Amino acid sequence: MEAEPATAVSLWGVQHAYGKVIALRNLALTVLPGCKLAIVGPDGVGKSTLLGLIAGVRRIQRGSVNVLGGDMASAAHRNEAAPRIAYMPQGLGRNLYPTLSVYENIDFFARLYTQPDDGRRRRIDELMRVTGLFPFAERPAGKLSGGMKQKLGLCCALVHDPDLLILDEPTTGIDPLSRRQFWTLIGRIQAERPTMTVIVATAYMEEAGAFDRIVAIDDGTIIAEGSQTDLLARTGATTLEQAYIELQRPERRGVRAAPSVPRLEPDGGPPAIVAEGLTMRFGDFTAVDHVSFRIERGEIFGFLGSNGCGKTTTMKMLTGLLPATEGRAELLGKPVDARDISARTRIGYVSQSFSLYEELTVRGNLELHGRLCGIGGNVLRERVDEALSRFELGKVAETLPDALPLGMRQRLQLAAACLHRPDVLILDEPTSGVDPAARDRFWSLLLEMSRRDGVTIFISTHFMNEAERCDRVSLMHAGRVLAVGAPRELQAARKAASLEDAFVAYLEDAAGTGAGEPSVNDEAVGVVEPTSVRLNNNAEVAQTPRLASMKRIWTFARREALELSRDRIRLAFALIGPLLLMAAFGYGISFDIEGLRYAALDRDQSLESRAFLDQFSNSRYFVEQARLNDDVEIDRRLRAGELKFAIDVPPGFGRDLLQGHRPEVGFWLDGGNTFPAETARAYILDTLQTYAGVLARAANRANGLPAETLRVEPRFRYNQDFRSVVAITPGSIMLLLIIFPAMLTALGVVREKEMGSIANVYASPATVGEYLLGKQLPYVVIGVLSYLSLLAFAGGVLGVVPKGSLLALSLAALVYVYAATAFGLLVSAFVSTQVAAIFGTAILTAMTAAHYSGFLIPASSLEGPGRIMGLSFPPLWFQTISLGVFAKGLDTPAFARELLVLAAFALGFLLLARLLIRKQGA
Amino acid sequence: MRRWIENAFRLGVKEFASLSRDVVMVVLIGYVFTFAVYSEATAMRTDVNDAKVAVIDGDRSTLSGRIKDALRPPYFRPAVEIDRSSLDGLMDKGAFTFVLDIPHGLEADFLAGRNPAIQVNVDATSISQAGVGTAYIQEIVAQETTRFLKQASVETLAPVNAVIRAMFNPNLEAISFTASMGVINNVTILAIILVGAAVMREREHGTIEHLLVMPVSASEIIAGKIWANGLVILLAAAFSLHVVVEVVLRTQIVGSIELFLAGTAIYLFAVTSLGILLATVANSMPQFALLSIPVFVLMFLLSGSFTPFESMPRALQLIMDLSPSTHFVRFAQAVLYRGAGLDVVWRDLLIMAGLGAGFVAIALYRFKAMLARQS
Repeated sequence: MEAEPATAVSLWGVQHAYGKVIALRNLALTVLPGCKLAIVGPDGVGKSTLLGLIAGVRRIQRGSVNVLGGDMASAAHRNEAAPRIAYMPQGLGRNLYPTLSVYENIDFFARLYTQPDDGRRRRIDELMRVTGLFPFAERPAGKLSGGMKQKLGLCCALVHDPDLLILDEPTTGIDPLSRRQFWTLIGRIQAERPTMTVIVATAYMEEAGAFDRIVAIDDGTIIAEGSQTDLLARTGATTLEQAYIELQRPERRGVRAAPSVPRLEPDGGPPAIVAEGLTMRFGDFTAVDHVSFRIERGEIFGFLGSNGCGKTTTMKMLTGLLPATEGRAELLGKPVDARDISARTRIGYVSQSFSLYEELTVRGNLELHGRLCGIGGNVLRERVDEALSRFELGKVAETLPDALPLGMRQRLQLAAACLHRPDVLILDEPTSGVDPAARDRFWSLLLEMSRRDGVTIFISTHFMNEAERCDRVSLMHAGRVLAVGAPRELQAARKAASLEDAFVAYLEDAAGTGAGEPSVNDEAVGVVEPTSVRLNNNAEVAQTPRLASMKRIWTFARREALELSRDRIRLAFALIGPLLLMAAFGYGISFDIEGLRYAALDRDQSLESRAFLDQFSNSRYFVEQARLNDDVEIDRRLRAGELKFAIDVPPGFGRDLLQGHRPEVGFWLDGGNTFPAETARAYILDTLQTYAGVLARAANRANGLPAETLRVEPRFRYNQDFRSVVAITPGSIMLLLIIFPAMLTALGVVREKEMGSIANVYASPATVGEYLLGKQLPYVVIGVLSYLSLLAFAGGVLGVVPKGSLLALSLAALVYVYAATAFGLLVSAFVSTQVAAIFGTAILTAMTAAHYSGFLIPASSLEGPGRIMGLSFPPLWFQTISLGVFAKGLDTPAFARELLVLAAFALGFLLLARLLIRKQGA
Repeated sequence: MRRWIENAFRLGVKEFASLSRDVVMVVLIGYVFTFAVYSEATAMRTDVNDAKVAVIDGDRSTLSGRIKDALRPPYFRPAVEIDRSSLDGLMDKGAFTFVLDIPHGLEADFLAGRNPAIQVNVDATSISQAGVGTAYIQEIVAQETTRFLKQASVETLAPVNAVIRAMFNPNLEAISFTASMGVINNVTILAIILVGAAVMREREHGTIEHLLVMPVSASEIIAGKIWANGLVILLAAAFSLHVVVEVVLRTQIVGSIELFLAGTAIYLFAVTSLGILLATVANSMPQFALLSIPVFVLMFLLSGSFTPFESMPRALQLIMDLSPSTHFVRFAQAVLYRGAGLDVVWRDLLIMAGLGAGFVAIALYRFKAMLARQS
């Protein structure tokens, strides 16, 4: 390994913009190896962008970014440096796979960074022990509490033993106990590995205090830099939080809220919220266990507790979103009733995750919200303008929420919730991820609403200084309320120095009694020995690049397969759907037309005319309907779709016939639907020929005179009985093997884009090609399984057995499924939403396969753009093979060309998809 | 009630904003109602179109020559003469759908009344062409022999002179049928996916839950989705029929387009409701996608727009009667091709509306359960 560079990270002249919004301007920063750096600043000032650039997941726009001794603009250096960098993006568990277990998540990351097999298990166990996740190794990541998710994220980041650890707001939205544990953990790991550089962005000022260096950022530039003591000395503040507020430009500073304003006296009405024995069970899991409390009008009631302890569920029960399993909830004196629309106008609700419309602008969201609450006209305009200024969203009024930082999005949610002036506000962690100054302003708003307007506020939070501002708080843990009371009372009851200490004490008590998630507290109690943190520095064993690459492909494939296997319903749909459709096609699609409805208009009414018409009524092709009486009726009944054709026998038919004058008989077809019309015409001609034969025989004139027409004897080859199912089944396989595998795969990449886990690929040493190949593999397997089941169904149930080489068909199916899944990946890479992925895949595969690929109509007789579309898509080529093997009994050599073309499709789609996915975000 | 309408209206307007932000989606919608319809219609002008045909001429007489020359476009490509020994190989490759085998001495035997036959080898795997194409060949052979006999002034047996005319579509051009059926199929796929996936996405993003805490009812949310997305599809379909089918493809539509669009509106209500119903059944977007495939593929292939509804087994017909698409195809064929009026199609319209109402009712019933399940 090369000599350690003098700096771990050095940035110079870095500028970054998203469209017109400038995130970073001319920023310079140097970080020494082994340094522990905290980056603080309000939301939207460029912290995440900065970290993204350092981690190499964002493209550098201007300036130079040097990380671990190389330029991050160079892809070669990024690849080399990636295994030494660990990056944990913002957002709780955004980079985790929710259906995978704790162990599987860490294992995936370990494999992704090609940790050798031996020792991987041991290392993961170590990490899990250190973080207290060991007892939950088998629990799916999605079912972990927020704190545990972040610890898991940390495990995933640390598993490959990085030299540079980048954490983007890792403790946002986590309870104080978990937060303490998290930082203890980081501290220990760093103590074990002093050379590791740690860069953290955080919104908790008290956390930043423990770092070697603090960099405060505002508006894309560094406004202050130094240790905690430096900063405190410079600003003359006593706490870092104050210091930070002082450092900001004056207009950004909030007004210090005065918590001492007394509450309005209750007017004697019923309490705002009453919960009695409220219980919620999901299956055998009790999320909320007999929770009771009472909130008076105008009170600010704080709800504290670790993530996943049931706060959100309780709030949802109070809003009527979830019906309680047991217990009683009252809102403003009335029982909570989901059907009571008018009660809802009196509540404002802010959910934990952003739940406004990403596709509407800030103003658009507020207006929609107001209108839905029944506010309109000038009042609405005033309220929206007022909200925009009050919540400081004026500048971004025309921006989409997606482009806004977390804190601003939360503000927008609150603005929406307050727009209709509700009596009760239910706020589920509204300040998570909001910077201190903004939180301060936010709280002064809450206080104003509570004290001036008498609004009752029910708020859950993780910030202790927020909890201290509440009139009363309730501590919740594992579905139960541990304590309720005024913050000071609780502090006094535990004889604690601060509310946080009191809370931690309550939590530890609860953990001690064995409730909930005891082992979260393991290392806080000091069970884990520090030595176990020692990282395995010899983990990196030299591997050939190709082997490493194969392993990474396998890692992606394994993970995708695991996720798939967790979703039984999806698997079942994927395998049963095709069989169902094949049965429907086999029985349903038929070109054997019989029982054509017709009616006759007999204007002659002679013996001869009746004999002539009998030819039709006796045919199995036709079903006679009530006789026609006049011309108008012909038109009317054909128009109504009652008849497929009508026969018009002229007056004097019998006389003319007997005299050999060849009377003219009119046949009127319904030409609207051409296929039955053509078929009817063919049957009519056939019947007329039979009639001629009958007459000739009767007249005994058949010998010696030629019939008017020659006999034509059709010989139906490959399908002697002319059964539709024989012709349809090879095509069904073609159709189903493109629609299903393509659709399954199409959602793969775009879903990761929407969910955010694609950042793992950006940050890892894996290439996009490896990622795609790995992702494709499980779907190919499903496609092949589907092929085998279709083959069995065709033979066993439909009685259609391939006459030719089964090997050729199977080989073709394999290549075809590869092409189909590659097409899915291509769609996935191309579109930006899952909706578009579904629709695009459906239209492109179903239409092309059904119309232009020889499913019902031979491909050779198509013309125009349809012909070109058929040729430029795999189904047509597979159809030739499928039909050839099934119906014509052909062998492998006959299909060399088709197989090559199919392989070319598979490769081409994959290459295109590879080109469309860029390994870095904007 | 006024509030209900207002809220449904607002939520619908929001749908337009959502849709317009998804550029790929808009492009896809544009594509299916223009280019896709065009290419589908022009690919098949008639049911048998440019079929490849070959002749093994063992007779080399005037009659056999006439028959060979009479196999002409648009139904057939000009006939190719091949050797009997190459017959099997060529048919295996799918080079020809029809091969006429004319025996030695055909003309002489025919004139002597010995009743000879021409054998036609048909590739019966192309099921849609095999039957009809054989009938064409029979017809062509009949015409040519009649002309041949007339020239030779020989007395024949033909007792009646049949005159077959097709109403509504005199040349039996499939293009008008395929084009408008293409529009119908696009309407179906789009309606199910657009609306269903929109509900699914709002579920995944938590916005529906948020709406339900506001004074907004589930029925308003559903109504907003239906009218807004339905309107987009209706406009696209109207454009497609007027511009692509009528102007570009120069197809004549017999019936009233206004009546057709009114029926389409009812149909859209039914299908979009079905889309929402599917979204309440599935748990995630991938599940929704997989669930919707069988639904729209069945509606697409078995409603009578692709193959004749009458030739399906009775049981399947009964099942497909539960699909609004079956009634819509019936309605559309009556109105567009046969110029039928309300007196003929009212029943299908009523059934579509009823099915739609049923779907909405189930979707509403499942709405709350769906929200409880995801949390």
